[in-house]
Amino acid sequence: MDDKPLTKYIRTDQVPMDIKEYEHSGGYEALRKILKTMQPKDVMDAVKDSGLRGRGGAGFPTGMKWSFVPMGDNAPHPKYLVANGDEMEPGTFKDRLLLESAPHQLIEGMIISAYAIQADIAYVFIRGEYTLAAKIIQASLAEAYQAGYLGKNILGSGFSLEMYVHTSIGRYMCGEETGLLNALEGKRANPRAKPPFPQSSGLFGKPTIVNNIETLSNIPHIMNNGGEWFKKLSLTGEGGTKLYGASGKVKKPGLWELPLGVTLRELLEEHAGGMKDGFKLKGLLPGGASTDFLTEEHLDVNMDFTNVGKAGSRLGTGTIIVMDDKTCPVGFVHNLEAFFAQESCGWCTPCREGLPWVQRILNAIEEGNGEMRDLDILSYHTKYLGPGNTFCALAPGAMEPLQSGLKYFREDFERHIKEKRCPWRS
Amino acid sequence: MAKTAKITVDGKTYEVDATKNLLEVCLSLKLDLPYFCWHPAMGSVGACRQCAVKKFRDENDKVGKLFMACMEPIVDGMIISIQDAEAKEFRKGVIEWLMTNHPHDCPVCDEGGECHLQDMTVMTGHDYRRYRFKKRTYKNQYLGPFINHEMNRCIQCYRCVRYYRDYAGGKDFDVFGVHNTVYFGRHEDGVLENEFSGNLVEVCPTGVFTDKTLGKHYTRKWDQTYAPSICVHCSVGCNTIAAERYGLLRRVQSRYNGEVNGYFLCDRGRFGYEFVNSPKRIRKPLRKNKETRQFEELGSEDALKYIRKLLSDSKRIIGIGSARASLESNFTLLSFVEKQNFYWGESDRNIQLIQKQYDILRNGPARTPSLRDIEKCDVVIVLGEDLTNTAPMIALALRQSVRQEPVQSATPYRIPHWQDQAVRELTQDEKGPIFIATPLATRLDEISETYRAAADDIARLGFMVANSFSDRSPLVSGATDEQKKLSGKISEALKKAKRPLIIAGPSLQSEAVIEAAANIANAMITSGKTCELCFTVPEVNSMGMAMMDITHQGIESAFEALKNKPADTLIILENDLYRRAEEQAVDSFLGKFKNVIVLDYLENSTSLKADAVLSSGSFAESDGTFVNNEGRAQRFYQVYDAGENIKESWRWLRDIMLNSGLHEFGKWKILSDFTNALSKAMPVFDGINNITPPPGFRIAGEKIPREPFRYSGRTAMFANKSVHEPKPPEDIDSPLSFTMEGYRGKPPSSIIPFFWSPGWNSQQAINKYQIEIGGALHGGDPGKRLIEPKSGKTPAFFTKIPQAFSPRNGDWFVVPVYHIFGSEELSVNAPGINELTPKPYVMISSEDAGSLGLTSEKQIELEAQGKTYSLPAKLNLGLPKGLIGIPKGLPGMPEIKTGSWVRLKMG
Amino acid sequence: MLTEEEKHEIEEEFKLYPYKSAAAIEALKVVQKHRRWVSDESIKDIAQLLGITPDELDSVATFYNLIYRKPVGRNVIHICNSVSCWVMGYESVLKHLIDHLGITYGQTSSDGRFTLLPVQCLGTCDHAPALMINGDLYRDLTPDIINSILEKYQ
Ligand SMILES: Cc1cc2nc3c(=O)[nH]c(=O)nc-3n(C[C@H](O)[C@H](O)[C@H](O)COP(=O)(O)O)c2cc1C
Ligand code: SF4
Ligand code: FES
Repeated sequence: MDDKPLTKYIRTDQVPMDIKEYEHSGGYEALRKILKTMQPKDVMDAVKDSGLRGRGGAGFPTGMKWSFVPMGDNAPHPKYLVANGDEMEPGTFKDRLLLESAPHQLIEGMIISAYAIQADIAYVFIRGEYTLAAKIIQASLAEAYQAGYLGKNILGSGFSLEMYVHTSIGRYMCGEETGLLNALEGKRANPRAKPPFPQSSGLFGKPTIVNNIETLSNIPHIMNNGGEWFKKLSLTGEGGTKLYGASGKVKKPGLWELPLGVTLRELLEEHAGGMKDGFKLKGLLPGGASTDFLTEEHLDVNMDFTNVGKAGSRLGTGTIIVMDDKTCPVGFVHNLEAFFAQESCGWCTPCREGLPWVQRILNAIEEGNGEMRDLDILSYHTKYLGPGNTFCALAPGAMEPLQSGLKYFREDFERHIKEKRCPWRS
Repeated sequence: MAKTAKITVDGKTYEVDATKNLLEVCLSLKLDLPYFCWHPAMGSVGACRQCAVKKFRDENDKVGKLFMACMEPIVDGMIISIQDAEAKEFRKGVIEWLMTNHPHDCPVCDEGGECHLQDMTVMTGHDYRRYRFKKRTYKNQYLGPFINHEMNRCIQCYRCVRYYRDYAGGKDFDVFGVHNTVYFGRHEDGVLENEFSGNLVEVCPTGVFTDKTLGKHYTRKWDQTYAPSICVHCSVGCNTIAAERYGLLRRVQSRYNGEVNGYFLCDRGRFGYEFVNSPKRIRKPLRKNKETRQFEELGSEDALKYIRKLLSDSKRIIGIGSARASLESNFTLLSFVEKQNFYWGESDRNIQLIQKQYDILRNGPARTPSLRDIEKCDVVIVLGEDLTNTAPMIALALRQSVRQEPVQSATPYRIPHWQDQAVRELTQDEKGPIFIATPLATRLDEISETYRAAADDIARLGFMVANSFSDRSPLVSGATDEQKKLSGKISEALKKAKRPLIIAGPSLQSEAVIEAAANIANAMITSGKTCELCFTVPEVNSMGMAMMDITHQGIESAFEALKNKPADTLIILENDLYRRAEEQAVDSFLGKFKNVIVLDYLENSTSLKADAVLSSGSFAESDGTFVNNEGRAQRFYQVYDAGENIKESWRWLRDIMLNSGLHEFGKWKILSDFTNALSKAMPVFDGINNITPPPGFRIAGEKIPREPFRYSGRTAMFANKSVHEPKPPEDIDSPLSFTMEGYRGKPPSSIIPFFWSPGWNSQQAINKYQIEIGGALHGGDPGKRLIEPKSGKTPAFFTKIPQAFSPRNGDWFVVPVYHIFGSEELSVNAPGINELTPKPYVMISSEDAGSLGLTSEKQIELEAQGKTYSLPAKLNLGLPKGLIGIPKGLPGMPEIKTGSWVRLKMG
Repeated sequence: MLTEEEKHEIEEEFKLYPYKSAAAIEALKVVQKHRRWVSDESIKDIAQLLGITPDELDSVATFYNLIYRKPVGRNVIHICNSVSCWVMGYESVLKHLIDHLGITYGQTSSDGRFTLLPVQCLGTCDHAPALMINGDLYRDLTPDIINSILEKYQ
């Protein structure tokens, strides 16, 4: 059986399979099977059993999320399913691969998911810069319609589904699931209050599920091989494989499908080939820009939701950003905070006003204009821009690399201030 | 209280309303908790994060977690802390963040001293600035004559957009940009289109949107003298606060009344006040020199002497009252000239219609709703009224009524109704049913189903609906398919309604429309449903006039009466007759008197014809009582003492009577003597004396001060004239004093001159005056309803159904067009309103224009009542064929009779 | 005035949503595709087609990164300035662009050929630094290969 289901259909040249090839390799089997033999609830249960957790960053159990959608004759319609392909988290490049190279796997996963929640309309939400991905998905959708996998009465099952592509126009907040819904409604991508959760009142006020591209791409395989199989794929029991990646000064930056729970060390040393010659590991963000730094001492951590959490960070998107010893940690964090400040939607006070302040302090420190009390102000922000204090998770995410940066690299911050310059710049 | 719960706040347990959010509940408990983005009329969105409190899981939880109070539903047993150190530090931090970009320009900011941001800054204790970088700056926009824009002060609470768009239905205002450069304004510079834009001034917690008219004669909040007043610019009777310094009226603000206008006002009401400062004001009595025909100013004593002379050889005096004058003034004139010589200075036609409306409400089973009630109605039928232009705040209330049904649909989702954003997401653009039948398109069309027709067809539609509820309302024969379909739909909606409402009024001068409205309400009630019935009336005191025990004769009757029985003296009370009848008729009427005496405060065509003019006080210099369209008697008080030359009309008239030897009126000394006499003479007004505390009312032996206790400069104000501080004027008519001295606590609800509470210098201090946030004021909302329905009585049905309207070849039927800015007599004299007032025109349907080969702005010659007028054409898409729209009351616009036929000639 | 083609393309997008204004983002993109940027006049035209006010549409247009409310050159260079590209030295590429084109962020070259803009993480961090020109992605950049890339865009 496949141990790399997600990339199984991806050719080495990464040119996507057309629908014939995909079907030939076993594609759309899962869809045929479930439409014939399974009730929506069975599909939902199978996903629950698999233990699949969302790959968008928060790791929420997918089956459970689906189970909050109102079902039955009295449920409001249309219901919606949205595939979140906004992927704008710095350091993250996994959904791009799945969109560009395995479009039918995603589409099949979406149709099955839509069936499970009895959705009527599905959108693939793709960030504006992913022009190739949008083209490929658009073409694959046409094929899927042609083949009768989409549209009215799919394969004679009585189940109907329309699927459209929406390409975005650039905002990190479009990835946040409620911001995404506003963007889809043609509005500003401000987040919405939760509760109510999108599962009951989402897109256009109707029940909606938002799932990450990678999450949805797993669905056909779970249907084909069962929950037990899926669980066993992972090393630590959390279920499935994961697209891991690495960027920064490593020998072989890249993206690999590996069992969920591989150690950081294996990832870094084996798959990424270790640090480039002349560079030493100083720290890394395990899952994108909004995760806490880990360091050398954490290399034996298993990269799954629980264990990375225990180590004081988050699995996030599972794509690590490596910071080497020749890179200035203050500059590194400054770059991240500049991103977050720029991408704040402007809705809630702490994020809108706090992040630019943080950015300016970091800039001042980096430029040699820092003051010791700046560090207190930074810490103050890491405390009060925490979860629950801001409206959505953007600002708390922004604080993760800052708080851990202050913790692990405090001396470097202080050196900047004392020396009134960046020691990494000549 | 619907559902209650016990909650613990900082160790104390309270029983609270469980349907509210935690912030509202805390404020209702009179606990100080700062906030910005929440507004009692608009619910919660959780954006500013200012209202953070600590919430604890249970007694054992000592750590707790921060939550935004405005987003927290009340749960029984909830334990929270406002005073928790971390909560306090966070709230202080929110201010610090907001202050990173705030310009700190309080000394030059019009909001200074009444700024919610200042208050909250002090409340949270933020005082030291740690941010050391540059602030962002913005360009400001020109937003029209009413509102000043200073975006640098913005703290991004999003209240303005939420108010302007979601609450008031405006579309030309929004938020632009992103992150810390979000911008609130228009897509491009220009006059704000929404008729309720002035509320931005009060909705904005800081000085971004300020009152431009105040800015032109600016005075700090603490330096103004205030009085509780009533808006005089339409019949809704919104409660206002009027403010003065140095004898100049400075501004008008909304005075919260939970049953009437709540937190808001329309722009005519807020900005119309400047007529009081108009150069056309009559500030001294005038006598016309017989030779030069010029007016000469007189002192008040001399004026009274002169009038005595005029009256001494009068054989018969005719009095003409006015619906823009108080009950007291009309009653005093009536007492002087006696019933048979008193005419209500309104057209006979209007009187007939207003009277009919009053009779329907008085004798029928349908209740007349307050503005607040209107907001709660879920299905609304409007017959013949363009409410935005005839009774603006009713239009604003209807924008809330259409939300009733959608908001209810949030209940099964367990979304609390105050969770504004979530409710809006869930319900999207859904609107509850509202049907509007008018000849012309209205602003409310976008939220309603509309029917464009002439008055008679509107009435026919109404009768069809009525008939579907009761056979006692007659069957309409010959209905069109469109009418059948629509009336069917309306009936369906009404059947499902929990709280239906019918609105009509005299604007189209159609009795049938009013009768149809009454029939619907009565038919619904007799068929076992409920239904409320709201009528607009033309002026602030029209309903009061209708209720008065007078002969109810109008202007034409006065013309007529004079033919049979001549009179030599005419006293006109606050009325420009040229707005009521045709020029020639008025000319000839006035010409028949030896003496014409006018009491008024603004020069107008009538006052110019007078032999003597007495300088009456405007609302700002007078006390009195008005009855609004709901039948609610409300008191207004003078803001300042304008000296001996400006007096209430009732006081002038009393002086005239005393002067003429009618000594029995000597006992009418102060306002309450007049109201007492009035309610004795006319029992419908029983109790109006008690709608405010008597003049002798004192708290702890003190009067209620009109001035805040920080009022400054009193000793220096008149130092250019005399270094001796003048003795402050005394107010014998009310329990209010003209100074800052007096009781500093909260006054009774009906005589609140301004809202202030320690730590709450802005209008938001209203919170401290309400029993429950957004509910009634302590002591009850002011005013007294004088009309209640007759339950148990079977109502009379109207049986006369008009013929369907049919266009005539070559003739056009006149329908009136009302303008919020322009049609009202007083407010057009305010420069800002005047700027937005349209020029005279005639409106013709695009279809008719097409067949006549007419284009927009082209002059047309219009022949009416034997006269020809040349006016530019305005084309209108919705106007039915055969009708022609004539704007009402615009300066320079000839008075052309509504409901007459006119002829057109192409220029 | 929108062209027939633009109108048609926007109207096609209406089919994807329950109401017209939900296609606001697509509509902005259609016009930008044809005109390179969205002028005040276009905002008014599009708004009318969507049945909303210019204010409402501009509120949306100014929220997002990829809608240009000012004129841009014939080719738009988006250079990624996010963390992985920063670590991998995008600054040298940027410097080269600035020197070579004589423009910096937000500017357009005097011949109208290029506009230079920063962009957030292009999602190709394993091949950093990266940039995009008119939607074409270029990766593993070094200053010395930039000129030959620019050559393709006139
Ligand atoms: C600021 C912000 C940006 C986000 N961006 C993305 C994104 O680009 N893609 C994504 O799948 N999830 C993103 N998320 C997470 C989503 O909100 C959501 O949790 C996810 O799409 C759910 O899918 P999953 O359950 O399959 O993980 C973001 C969250 C936040 C707070
Ligand atoms: S944390 Fe606040 S300002 Fe930041 S993106 Fe979320 S809602 Fe917007
Ligand atoms: S008032 Fe509660 S978050 Fe603004």
